[in-house]
Amino acid sequence: MDISQLVFYLFAGVAVASGVLMITRKNPVYSAMYLVLTLFSVAAIYVLLDAHFLAALQIVIYAGAILVLFLFVIMLLNLGHDFVPDLRGKFWWFVGIGLGLVLFAELFVLARNAPEASGPDVLAPLLRSQGAVGAVAEPLFENYVVAVEVTGVLLLVAMVGAVVIAKRKV
Amino acid sequence: MLFESLVVSAALFAVGVAGVLLRRNAIVMFMCIELMLNAVNLSFVAISRYAGIEGQLFVIFVMTVAAAEAAVGLAIIISIFRHYESVDVRNFRLLRW
Repeated sequence: MDISQLVFYLFAGVAVASGVLMITRKNPVYSAMYLVLTLFSVAAIYVLLDAHFLAALQIVIYAGAILVLFLFVIMLLNLGHDFVPDLRGKFWWFVGIGLGLVLFAELFVLARNAPEASGPDVLAPLLRSQGAVGAVAEPLFENYVVAVEVTGVLLLVAMVGAVVIAKRKV
Repeated sequence: MLFESLVVSAALFAVGVAGVLLRRNAIVMFMCIELMLNAVNLSFVAISRYAGIEGQLFVIFVMTVAAAEAAVGLAIIISIFRHYESVDVRNFRLLRW
């Protein structure tokens, strides 16, 4: 087993374990912290899968922006101190864990029946010739430029909507 | 590493689903949704290694939508908190106030 496989298993274990810890901590601040750990581990897995630019984006957008937003809202609503334990009762534990396991089993079977990775790695030569950013940016701004513009409009709409919803009544 | 990545992605998605079912705190449910989006992103990246760069482009769009969704969703949660003084989903019985 070579070293990248070992690192992959390490980060995969950290990601899943901290995901489980995230959903079982009572304090929402701890949940957010474990979510940061999961997101960083997923970013490390992206690096191992040759998606270097996306790993950087993952850290900047998710761990940097979205998680700060979550922590800021938790702080604003003062949920870090006087939170009430919000885990559901025994029955919901069976339902939640049972459904989670069933879903995992289904996806596992689906992944095992997926066709074997056909042919060679198509991404490595592309990355070598264009670099990590260029390989993503060139198709993004040539073939998908309309989608990029629409996404920009979506962000603007979301920003205006968030301000309108969150502000107090005038 | 394709199969292993898909298994990790499946595990993260299942954890997110279990979290949404187990928790009552609206903010933590939101975090679980982010976790599920991340699991799907991971499978996109894993497959893009063999199917071309388009998978990674789609991950960028998913991240953008996740950011927009987090902003609007947290604004809604703040607005609900002002009204009910709580983020427990048991209290959210009415869509109007």
